[in-house]
Amino acid sequence: MLLKHKATETAACIALVGVPAAFLGLFFVYPLVAIFHRGLGSSFPTDVLTDPATLRVVWFTVWQALVSTALTLVAGLPLVWATARVAFRGRGLVRALVVVPFVLPTVVVATAFLALLPESMQRGVVPILLAHVFFNVAVVVRVVGGYWARLDPSLWDVAATLGASPSRRFRELTLPALRPALAAASALTFLFCFTSFGVIVILGGPHFATLEVDIYDLATQSFDLRAAAALSLLQLGAVAAIVAVSSSLEARAGARMPLAVEEVAARRPRGWERPALAAILDLAALGFGLPLAALVVRSFATPAGAGLGFYRALGHETTALLVEPWRAVEYSLVYATAATAIALTLGTLAAIALVQRRSGRWLDTVVMLPLGASAVMLGYGFVIAFDTSPLDFRDAVWIIPVVQALVAAPFVVRILAPALRAIDPRLREAAAVLGASPARVRREIDVPLVLRPLGVAAGLAFAIALGEFGATVFLARSDRPTLPVAIFRFLERPGATNQGTAAALCVVLMAVTVLAVGVADRLTSRRIGL
Amino acid sequence: MLQLEDIRVSFDTTTALDGVSLIADTGRTLTVLGPSGCGKTTLLRVVAGLQPADSGRIRLAGNDLAATPAHRRGVGLMFQDNALFPHRDVASNIGFGLRMNGQTRAEIARRVRELLDLVGLPGAERRAVQTLSGGEQQRVALARALAPEPRVLLLDEPLGSLDGPLRERLLADLRGLFAALRLTVVYVTHDADEAFALGHTVAVMRGGKVVQRAAPDDLWRRPADGWVARFLGMRNVRDQGDRSRVIPPEAVSVEPGDGAVVTGSERRGSVVWLRVMLDDGSEFYAVTTATHNPGPGDRVAVRIDEAAAFDVPKWAG
Amino acid sequence: MSRATVVAVAAAVAIVGARAGLAASGSGTVVLVTHDSFAISKSTKAAFEKQSGLKLRTLQSGDAGAALNRALLTAGKPEGDVFFGVDNNLLSRALAGKVFDKYTPAALGQVDGYYDLDRSHHLVPIDHGDICLVYDRAWFTKHAMRPPYTFEDLLQPGYAKLTVVENPATSTPGLAFMLATVAHFGRGAAPWTYWRKLRRDVLVTNGWEEAYNAQFSGSSSHKGKRPIVVSYASDPAAEVYFAGKPLAQAPVAVVRNTCFGQVELAGVLRGARNPDGARKLVDFLLSKRFQTGIPLTMFVYPVRDKTPLPAVFKRFALPMSSPLRLSPATIGANRDAWIRKWTDTVLR
Repeated sequence: MLLKHKATETAACIALVGVPAAFLGLFFVYPLVAIFHRGLGSSFPTDVLTDPATLRVVWFTVWQALVSTALTLVAGLPLVWATARVAFRGRGLVRALVVVPFVLPTVVVATAFLALLPESMQRGVVPILLAHVFFNVAVVVRVVGGYWARLDPSLWDVAATLGASPSRRFRELTLPALRPALAAASALTFLFCFTSFGVIVILGGPHFATLEVDIYDLATQSFDLRAAAALSLLQLGAVAAIVAVSSSLEARAGARMPLAVEEVAARRPRGWERPALAAILDLAALGFGLPLAALVVRSFATPAGAGLGFYRALGHETTALLVEPWRAVEYSLVYATAATAIALTLGTLAAIALVQRRSGRWLDTVVMLPLGASAVMLGYGFVIAFDTSPLDFRDAVWIIPVVQALVAAPFVVRILAPALRAIDPRLREAAAVLGASPARVRREIDVPLVLRPLGVAAGLAFAIALGEFGATVFLARSDRPTLPVAIFRFLERPGATNQGTAAALCVVLMAVTVLAVGVADRLTSRRIGL
Repeated sequence: MLQLEDIRVSFDTTTALDGVSLIADTGRTLTVLGPSGCGKTTLLRVVAGLQPADSGRIRLAGNDLAATPAHRRGVGLMFQDNALFPHRDVASNIGFGLRMNGQTRAEIARRVRELLDLVGLPGAERRAVQTLSGGEQQRVALARALAPEPRVLLLDEPLGSLDGPLRERLLADLRGLFAALRLTVVYVTHDADEAFALGHTVAVMRGGKVVQRAAPDDLWRRPADGWVARFLGMRNVRDQGDRSRVIPPEAVSVEPGDGAVVTGSERRGSVVWLRVMLDDGSEFYAVTTATHNPGPGDRVAVRIDEAAAFDVPKWAG
Repeated sequence: MSRATVVAVAAAVAIVGARAGLAASGSGTVVLVTHDSFAISKSTKAAFEKQSGLKLRTLQSGDAGAALNRALLTAGKPEGDVFFGVDNNLLSRALAGKVFDKYTPAALGQVDGYYDLDRSHHLVPIDHGDICLVYDRAWFTKHAMRPPYTFEDLLQPGYAKLTVVENPATSTPGLAFMLATVAHFGRGAAPWTYWRKLRRDVLVTNGWEEAYNAQFSGSSSHKGKRPIVVSYASDPAAEVYFAGKPLAQAPVAVVRNTCFGQVELAGVLRGARNPDGARKLVDFLLSKRFQTGIPLTMFVYPVRDKTPLPAVFKRFALPMSSPLRLSPATIGANRDAWIRKWTDTVLR
């Protein structure tokens, strides 16, 4: 290597690894350390961890996540089959729609179930499970469906000629073949349900708390710093354990079946498949459509009859916030834009570092950590860590985009790193041999090839930032609230007007989210991957 | 005997099989030769029951197979990419069909051992399929297809992904095996050499139709049309209107002398193709087995055995 | 790309900053942060605005407990200037959180020292009341049942699923009621034994508004189904006042053996944007004008001496002479542990 390149290379190295590392150090590691330092400074909280109350919360967290995951699989698999293996008109549209719930903010979905269910069923385990299924069917369809659609069908053909009946082929081939994808989807669903916050806070009523919700309660209601820190530690450990167990499960799920690069052509339904397909699609339309429809209906159902009353009320001052409710739309958009920019910068640097440098390996784990170290912990950590001058950032405008970016960045890395890795090195070599400088190679080869995944990542990051609730609820102030926080403020207060205002805000948030993701999807003409 | 009568299959916009009728004789090998996209793979899938035919009839030993699903047809199938079950070891792959038939473990184990001996991989039972070489994988795939003693064995370009010498060896092994086991075989390939080497009968397909069905020598001696002649590798094919004049390469010989100039020479293993241009401007290819040959630019004499030349339609059917 | 990113972020931040500056304007406004039950009449509000030259803005963030908890999280960078609604039961938490600046209004001299719970005067008393079990008279008449008389009555077979209580972690009436059971049953296991027996029979809400207006059958909204609720001793007066017609008897009644005293305090938030305005507002909260309005807007009692009570209060809601009490020190030392215990016993 030429000497003058040495300096630029060092600078690049600092930018690639240093910037994400410094950012994570200040805005992720430091807040967590602050929680543990203040909460656990004196003694290890064995008493809190072994308290029957804690055990009960852990038990609820685990079993609701297990049941949610099982129900999600049961509800999702028929839809996976329909969208991955069967050709029908509108299949592309169905596939696109199925992903929508995943990007919807938790607050919106929870409010939708409030609008749908009769009052006696609004709070409790049933709505929690329903909402979890609603969200995570998308995960199952994306992860398992994407895999199923690309399985090499010749294995099934051979099995058929060897005398395996259709049911036998399903048992002996399809299930084992799908096992890695099922394991991955289950693990992801379990993780999302385990760390569920918005859904539980809104639909659980006072009775039901996951670890995440209990940390929130302890931090904001009982001010029991020590117990909150202890449960945070437990949560961090549990998430690490889930990730470890799931990756070893995936590894042991058996030999991967050969995958085609492109999707294998699905075939038209035959015989019994036709009514089955129709039933599945109808049920899915009902399951996804009804809650959202109920939400929209609720937002128009004013005490004086159907009308725009609740939407008009968004322009009037209330005592729940220091600004008119519609201003939350504006703040949310600006915050989410800034958060997307930060998340993309951070995620791109980290992804390049991950792909290029061996030192980037540990970065992989570090970047992924915010995913596991729940949003509530992050928000709480911010309040704890940044409350004294010169690090008192609690009312800084940029603090919300920063925390939202932290939550979104892991997803950006998850999308970009494989895309970067998938660039055939021979393309770069070919360009170099044809006379392109390294910078030119980057511009001519890497950038155009990564542009699409970058767009997908931007759309997802924007949606996540828009819907972020667990961390933002600690930091959003009444004079510049985000939409989810504004919705929560109205939802917390009784009365038809408050509930109606919340529903109207939810509809606005839903529209903004779907629009943003749709635009990103259009611009990049590819579906969102995890 | 496997009989196909007027089989038609069409997909959304394309016709894959356009009235195919074929007979595969019991205990013999029928090779189906054609370029990619000619419908030969679809033909195999129809026979196996993996693809329903829009119309036509398939009979095996006189019985119509229309109502028999793939898993009850008793045909063996082997793909180019071997399609071994990655989650099962060698023995379990080979024994799969036997297990489907409900045979006992002991029977399966005995039969698997027998087949591994047959395909030349004794003792490989417990190996993971990923640890096998490409050739070994094809042998396991073959053993798996043979295990349930299929009435017809279907092979779809099974040697397509293998390299030269290995391919030659497997080709010879297959030939020996087919003869020894007196198998009824339908073997699909786009390689004329393979088709000639294995087939008692060769069927040439084009655009979803069978254009010619003949024994290898007959096919070589008298291709149905100019296109077939070229596809078989004949180079001295000249179109004249709607007819083609074919001069087999063995009918062109090059001798020391004058009247033509060598314009190209390429060695293909044991033979050499020489391209010569007569002084009248016409070009011919000649095949020679000599080890010392004239090079480009050398003047030579060319003798053409006009009696061996023949006329065929440019485009039959 | 990174340069464009920096520009985008900077622009976004600048926009939000500018808009935020507009929203929370400076010295011309004073922001009162309080709970959902705070109320002030239009004329009283206008009087303050006229007298001080300030615009009064209220931010109501949930029940008193939740509102204080938000104030604690934003200590030093408050969302407003004055906080109203810390009660005697949460006093120690508020003081420990360093949420307030010291201020001693002149009018404090007009307040009985009994209510002056924070001698450091970070917080000053504004009103007091009693939290009790309140029941719907008509419901008990209709079902020919004897209304509850004691805590223990709630465990009687006929009383299953009749009661609404608030979550002490988020609601000050809920907290007061939990403390009342501790005061009644004594410290130790007895209160928790009581609550364990009661857990299947009570409905828990996060705030008083939801409990009283949405779940209690006796409120004038008539939406709820349960005839017993944890609420204020002044509710009979409130229901008569809001009935819109003269009543000989209040539709709701108080279970006097279950009442627990509550004092509500206010203070200037540390880091307030408008500390002068904040002090003026605290003065105003102790002024004759505001104190006189307290009974008929918030349905609690004024702390200022010689403030006249409205007739409806004199007839239907005289203050308790000896409600259940716990010393502030006892509450401060045990409150959080008791809340945790209650949560575990009743909710989980």
